[in-house]
Amino acid sequence: MNGDAADMQLALSPEETAAVWTSLEVGLRAVAVGLPLAVLTALMLVRGRFPGRSVLNAAAHAPLVLPPVVVGYLLLLAFGVNGPIGRLLDQAGVRLVFTSAGASLAAGVMAFPLMVRAVALSLDAVDPKLEEAARSLGAGGLDRFCSITLPLSAPGVLAAAIVGFAACLGEFGAVITFAANVPGQTQTLPLAIYAALQSPDGDAAAMRLAGLSFAIALVALFASEIVARRAGRWIGR
Amino acid sequence: MSEAALTVRAEKALGAFRLDAEFEAAPKGVTALFGASGAGKSTVLAAVAGALRPDRGRIALNGRALFDAEAGIDLPMERRAIGWVFQDARLFPHLSVAANLRYGLQRARGRALRVGIDEVAAVLGVEALLERRPRDLSGGERQRVSMGRALLSQPDLLLMDEPLSALDALRKSEILPFLERLKATFDLPILYVTHSFAEVTRLADRLVVMDGGKVVAQGPLAAVLARPDLPLLAGRSDAASALEAVVASHDPARGLTHLRVGDAELLTPSLDKPEGAAVRALVLARDVLIAVEEPRGLSARNVLAARIARLDPRADGTVLASLALSGAPDAVVLSAVTRDAVEALSLAPGLAVWAVVKSVAVEGARGGGLLSALDD
Repeated sequence: MNGDAADMQLALSPEETAAVWTSLEVGLRAVAVGLPLAVLTALMLVRGRFPGRSVLNAAAHAPLVLPPVVVGYLLLLAFGVNGPIGRLLDQAGVRLVFTSAGASLAAGVMAFPLMVRAVALSLDAVDPKLEEAARSLGAGGLDRFCSITLPLSAPGVLAAAIVGFAACLGEFGAVITFAANVPGQTQTLPLAIYAALQSPDGDAAAMRLAGLSFAIALVALFASEIVARRAGRWIGR
Repeated sequence: MSEAALTVRAEKALGAFRLDAEFEAAPKGVTALFGASGAGKSTVLAAVAGALRPDRGRIALNGRALFDAEAGIDLPMERRAIGWVFQDARLFPHLSVAANLRYGLQRARGRALRVGIDEVAAVLGVEALLERRPRDLSGGERQRVSMGRALLSQPDLLLMDEPLSALDALRKSEILPFLERLKATFDLPILYVTHSFAEVTRLADRLVVMDGGKVVAQGPLAAVLARPDLPLLAGRSDAASALEAVVASHDPARGLTHLRVGDAELLTPSLDKPEGAAVRALVLARDVLIAVEEPRGLSARNVLAARIARLDPRADGTVLASLALSGAPDAVVLSAVTRDAVEALSLAPGLAVWAVVKSVAVEGARGGGLLSALDD
């Protein structure tokens, strides 16, 4: 950076770099926590026979049809300092509102239905006859899940992770409503783009960040293609 | 049969179908569950395996109750120690052949190890396939691996649900010798479901015939085959009788082997079996002629003195004659004759006759075994 105008245009400001790291952090954490829950939910939806299954189904898919701002608002009601869950967490010393963990929660909730769907599709494709065969060979329930069901739905689980991560990177409404737009804390890429567009001379910054978002999305897409193909081969398709 | 390994009494209503089956399987050898599709064979198998819960009844293996409606016992499938070979091999696609074979073995801990992976791989001829994935195997190879996998789970009973029906004729004949080796090598009871008469005659030691959800006959193979009152068996165009025989001597000069059935003697083309070996000779009813005087100048080499035990008319207009061999009164040969012949020769129960056997099928004979003799 020696003062050249073009270089200045392409280089990221410290705040913009922070937005990239925040985005990655928020996305990774949301997927790390959300994916196991998504697998469990998908398993219950695909294989479960219990009363309230349709309620669970509706709840898991609600973020898909609700406006993101409404989801953010509902999270605020539940996890806010005065919310029923927020108060309990506050006593335990955990605060979610206006924190990067809160941004992960908001992004994760929005990405949850996408992850559940991806996992459910591949769980559904696992032949229950194979599980029956495993059972006849002496494998109990958890053993069957770990040795047969989960490995065979690995492509879907990996796809869920990548789709979920990408969705978290792009989430705007729920994050800004629940976690606000704090640079270095909760300001993810879309929030930084929005902030840049609000300032009179932020066009160049918005352009840089948009290009960056585009690049990350492409890499994620490419990675998911490769991973899906590898995983498909691995499970013997 | 007092020393049954498996005793089954199961009732189950499934929509309009009612299963009401009761039978036993011997501690060693193959017990075949035979019947048309829809007879309830696979339902019985599912109940024994623990995939289907009967409404009433009791299923016990070696004296241990797997299911007992009255006592409230219903052992989960994974704790029944029963190997199950499916129609579709159901190999785990994400595991190599070796890992598939090990799957049950690893979960058989605490049970006495009776068979090892090397032995099973050798008997089933899958040593060269161990590193492969299931998708790279032929249908017959898959089914062999599937049998090995079930065997290696150290089961007390092996269930086979039409293991050959998904294979074409060529693969069937390729895999049958392996099944026979499996049966001869491993000392465990096998319950074998099939609708193929050919497989029954080749593999079964004991036969359980099912029809409409009920067991209509059961017993040693030869005894059940000889029953002329079972349309499922006697009504077939390839109805056959089985004779338990012993290799008496070989006559290489004439290319013949002499078999003994009781005091009666049968000739077959040279057999690849040692003297004294027990073999099963299969005789099709349509290959047996009846003569009321000792015939001369026949090309058929097997002319046996017999007595007509009974005559049963069949649905196709022919008559099935049960002939008790004079040299072995317990051995029955079936003969299909026309009604016209019965009248012309005045055939009647008790009449001494000659049974002219045109061909005898024995496994191991050159040029055509048991399977090729049968229509299916």
